[in-house]
Amino acid sequence: MSDDILISADNVVKHFPVQSGSLLHRSKEVVHAVDGVSLEVRRGETLGLVGETGCGKSTLARCLARLFDITSGKIVFDGRDISRLNPRQMRPLRREMQMVFQDPYGSLNPRRRVGSIIGDPLAIHNIADGQERKRQVQELMELVGLHPEHYNRFPAEFSGGQRQRIGVARALALRPKLIICDEPVSALDVSVQAQIINLLSDLQDFLKLTYIFIAHDLSVVRHVSDRVGVMYLGQIVELAPVSDLYGKARHPYTTALLSGVPVPDPDEAATRHRIVLVGDVPSPIDPPSGCRFHPRCPKAQQRCVDTEPALVPRSGDSELHPTACHFPVAEGEDLTEAVPQISVADRVVEPTSSGGERP
Amino acid sequence: MTLEPMPLEPLAPEAPLDPVVARKIQGRSPWRLAYERLRRDRAAVIAFVVIVLVLLAAIFAPFFATITGHGVNQQFRGQPPGLTPEGLPIGPNHNFWLGTDDQGRDVLVRIAYGARISLFVGVVATLLTVAVGTVFGLAAGYFGRWVDTVIARLVDVVLSLPYLLFAIALASVYHADLAIVIIVIAFFGWASIARVVRGQVLSIREKEYIEASRSLGASSWRIMFVDILPNVLAQVIVYATLLIPVSILFEAALSFLGVGVPPPTADWGQMISEAQGVYQQAWWFFVFPSAALVITTIAFNIFGDGVRDALDPRVEGL
Repeated sequence: MSDDILISADNVVKHFPVQSGSLLHRSKEVVHAVDGVSLEVRRGETLGLVGETGCGKSTLARCLARLFDITSGKIVFDGRDISRLNPRQMRPLRREMQMVFQDPYGSLNPRRRVGSIIGDPLAIHNIADGQERKRQVQELMELVGLHPEHYNRFPAEFSGGQRQRIGVARALALRPKLIICDEPVSALDVSVQAQIINLLSDLQDFLKLTYIFIAHDLSVVRHVSDRVGVMYLGQIVELAPVSDLYGKARHPYTTALLSGVPVPDPDEAATRHRIVLVGDVPSPIDPPSGCRFHPRCPKAQQRCVDTEPALVPRSGDSELHPTACHFPVAEGEDLTEAVPQISVADRVVEPTSSGGERP
Repeated sequence: MTLEPMPLEPLAPEAPLDPVVARKIQGRSPWRLAYERLRRDRAAVIAFVVIVLVLLAAIFAPFFATITGHGVNQQFRGQPPGLTPEGLPIGPNHNFWLGTDDQGRDVLVRIAYGARISLFVGVVATLLTVAVGTVFGLAAGYFGRWVDTVIARLVDVVLSLPYLLFAIALASVYHADLAIVIIVIAFFGWASIARVVRGQVLSIREKEYIEASRSLGASSWRIMFVDILPNVLAQVIVYATLLIPVSILFEAALSFLGVGVPPPTADWGQMISEAQGVYQQAWWFFVFPSAALVITTIAFNIFGDGVRDALDPRVEGL
């Protein structure tokens, strides 16, 4: 493996056991939150991860940051296998890998002052204390565009965008190599989103950071990412450099997602064919056989039900652009006309009533 | 490790602060806000004044002995007479302001000394209860799994013991003294605090800021005591202030039953107990210690209610 890779995941699986049924007849089921994800992140790049709610992107992030124990697979960070390290062994590595969380309200302890929150990593790793810690914290606050004078305020006294800057400052305090951003802007207003995104990309240039950037907003991901992975039901279905993904997406799911991105030009929006997927995301407790997308896929055929497609380059794409699909979308193909060729039992039936219930 | 300032144009949207204003920026902590709410609560302030008066009486109990000239355990059998010729207590007069007890001792002085025992037990037993209960509750809620199971069973056992019988049995085996009383109170009190704290911790540990702390590499101890504890402290303090009167009453009950503080130490519960035989002839011997007990516990209860309202503004006063 080359030195260029900062973090890599190899077939990472995370299952959560759930208990259901009555007290006596308890059945143990598992939620397949992340099911065999492999990816590599190079130094200095931003890897975007997109997908619907519940597709496992946040779980994957927490597995990579080793906030969760993984069920199986291997995670290598900076040339070191971290997949089986316990929390104590992980501690020194926490300095190199930080997270920015989604909820700017939930991710800051309401009972602690901002200075103490941002200084927490410095205290935990015994880097600085007293006046020196205060000085460093105030530098960090300045770096992320906060007033250092607000050192003694409480999180409740800040706006959402300012709180997210506090979260970024905390993540930067240890000067990490990797920052995993778990939907860092989803909870913010659009205008504030832009500020935070600009802040993150300025910091990336300045501090040579590597990002894993999770979002469900495709336009945000397009703006910040070098490469993008699309997740569906715990798996990566397509991984591509940003221009490839937004230019010639191969997976029908990616195509459908992209067709849903709002277009600012109303004339263009009117001529566009929007692919409306039928049904809901199936339960991750009992994912569909073969290709997990087949019950909703407009191009599904019997082969999709029977065999799981591998994540490999398709239709002459480069090594950098693998797709997990037996029948990748050709350039210019119109999926709105496509009709799946599989038996009805395997497929979500079109909603007959406005309620749109599945049989 | 130094960070050079970097030019970030889109990041300076706010105008620079006036230096005078900047110096004044000092976030008001949730504690400070609670204190300000508490100060506006008239009933709580009055209750607090009463508590302070009781506290002063306890601290300056020897002062009562000095101005009356009566020792706490001094029995007046000669001059001035502390008992009638029939051997009954003497009512309030210029000499014995609150009368005498069945041994011819000054009730006022004994009440003042009794306040020491009551407050000491009330505060120390509560502190011990709260400390033990909070630690067990934190551990049960945070670690979960078998730690939680073990502590939960322990709590069930403690809460199902008939505590008065247990206390009487314990006091009859060991010599009843202050330490035993305090330990008994704490032993039966920690379980309910542990339950309250555990419930709080269960919801707090799922918060994102706990996950953030873990991602920073914080140890379990640090998360429990630096991140979670300040968030359950409000509830714990409310519980503690309401536990003080309970502890005072429990101690009085034990002493009343003769398994608390041993005589001749002046103690409210014991005085009420001794007054049983003569209260038809000597109401003062019964009424004044009882009044001291009632006033003290009511003051703590009202103050505790005030503290609860101040710390949790969402709960309207009941």
